[in-house]
Amino acid sequence: MTTLGVASVVIYGAMFIVPGDPATLLVGGSKPNPEALAAVRRQFHLDDPFWQSYLRWLSGAVRGDFGVSLVYRSPVSDLIASRALTTILLVAYAAIVIVIAGVGLGVLAAWKEKRAGVVITMATTVMMGAPTFVMAVIFVAVFATGLGWFPVFGAGSGLTDRLWHLTLPAFALAFSWIAYVAQVTRAAVRDEIRSEHVDTAHARGVPERLILRRHVLRNASGPILTVSGLTVAGLFAGTAVAEQAFGINGIGALLVESAAKQDLAIVQAISLVLVAAFVVVNMLVDLCNALLDPRAAGRAAR
Amino acid sequence: MSALLSIDRLRVELPAAKKGMRTVIHDVSLDVQAGEAVGLVGESGSGKSMTTRAVMRLLPEGARLSGEIRFDGISIPGMDRRALRRWRATRVGMIFQDPRAHINPVRTIGDFLFEGVMLDGRLSTSQARERISHLMRAVGIADVDRRLNQYPHELSGGLLQRVMIAAALTTEPELLLADEPTTALDVTTQEEVIAIIDELRRERGLAMLFITHDLDLAAAVCGRIAVMYAGSIVEEQKADALGLATSHPYTKGLLAARPELGRRERRLQTIEGRPISAFEVGDGCAFATRCPRVRDRCRQERPAPTQVPGGRVACHFIDFIDAAAGSPAVGSGGGTR
Repeated sequence: MTTLGVASVVIYGAMFIVPGDPATLLVGGSKPNPEALAAVRRQFHLDDPFWQSYLRWLSGAVRGDFGVSLVYRSPVSDLIASRALTTILLVAYAAIVIVIAGVGLGVLAAWKEKRAGVVITMATTVMMGAPTFVMAVIFVAVFATGLGWFPVFGAGSGLTDRLWHLTLPAFALAFSWIAYVAQVTRAAVRDEIRSEHVDTAHARGVPERLILRRHVLRNASGPILTVSGLTVAGLFAGTAVAEQAFGINGIGALLVESAAKQDLAIVQAISLVLVAAFVVVNMLVDLCNALLDPRAAGRAAR
Repeated sequence: MSALLSIDRLRVELPAAKKGMRTVIHDVSLDVQAGEAVGLVGESGSGKSMTTRAVMRLLPEGARLSGEIRFDGISIPGMDRRALRRWRATRVGMIFQDPRAHINPVRTIGDFLFEGVMLDGRLSTSQARERISHLMRAVGIADVDRRLNQYPHELSGGLLQRVMIAAALTTEPELLLADEPTTALDVTTQEEVIAIIDELRRERGLAMLFITHDLDLAAAVCGRIAVMYAGSIVEEQKADALGLATSHPYTKGLLAARPELGRRERRLQTIEGRPISAFEVGDGCAFATRCPRVRDRCRQERPAPTQVPGGRVACHFIDFIDAAAGSPAVGSGGGTR
């Protein structure tokens, strides 16, 4: 909650500092007449002192009213809501890909250290250096225009069609994060494999599979979950690039577009929503960690 | 001779930090008969823990093992995965030094205990429960039901080691490997835990290999004691015959170094020099660098174990007149891998 409060001030404050006068933009023309400017300023409360306008904005925000877009001239919340589903779908898709592929590769690399480990470590190191926009270009070239398996553009309609459209963006978005999660998973799992209680399990004749599940993965799940959570939370911001590259009309694309047009109300609202998503995901991760590790639960209770 | 556990000329090499291999255990031979308790005593780094790890096949990755370890006539290094798992799960129990590190911290005591019993597959849940609560009371844990639902961090070290002992006994093994079971505990708890191990072992007629750095402790619970130095067993004796004239100079040094209660000493006795590691030993006797009675022969030739009354000693110059008449006690046979 505190995080959100601080973030809201920073976000709103940043918009005040940004150079350029939104009023000029709104009225249009190279030499706007002063009366029109003043009218616009009054309409959008552009001349109010910072705290006053911040509080007005905040009280609206908690009620879900982020004001009116200067460019679209329609309520910001409507603009976001109509695009939210696409973005949430994209993030969820990418998150699932990241968690499955990242954790899977990481565990495999740690468990079969000699064979798979070396290859996976090398591959993921390369993958980590590949940003989303590069992967987007490569994916489009290979799978969309080259092989023609996936569409180049758009978000589609209906669930299966949407998923089909979102496959390339999701993988492009997920690509370097898979490597990141894989490497953290590998380190966490390897530490657990070498831990003494795993020796005990071996000495007691517990089958390998059970050791992996009960004593290695269970114990390594803390750091894996934390990193996965942070990654997924970070995806909300990362979708801007993927949406732009694939021409998907989501929140990320809206953010980029609005920032370019200095549509402050939208930028503020989306930034706040992103921070909120981040905070919520992190809270969920902490909650899960407490459930997974009795020691953490004990600490939290105290 | 059919010992329950028979270690024959065991040699373990570990990959060194830079290149090549380092010998950490050098020609160790030791038998444990069914129902017998044998103490394996030595300083840290002498290879006693590594010996138990070799027996359990828990050696670190890249370790090279030669010689033979047999359990009830079956070669342990020769077992396949399945047989090894079966053997570990049913016929041998291990108690580790630090229960806090050796019990999974995120699972309950009950999970830990049940895991061992249920692997066997022969017991129903209620039978397993019966056996576990019986054992927990036997190791002196009163409120069984509450403890089963607790996590390791909620129990004291002493209590946790009792849980470990109970866990080692749940599968009714024939051999118990205890690797410094009390080193991580405070002194008053140590005594209780040792008493529990000793009592339960005698009741059940279990064989035990007891690893410790404490000669007195070993002598208290074991019938026979093997003293290790720098990766070799320098002496093997009946517990009550330790320190007699026939003893190895190292054993004598260890015994002399013990402070005695009620007698104020100006200075604690020590053995001259520093303990060396197994890989530093050359061709000669491992103890040659520190031995008060060292001669040229000791530096050139490794002494073979020689029979003395009550045991065997690996020294060229034992104060026993007929030492030369004794035959080396190393068992015969046993192929290497």
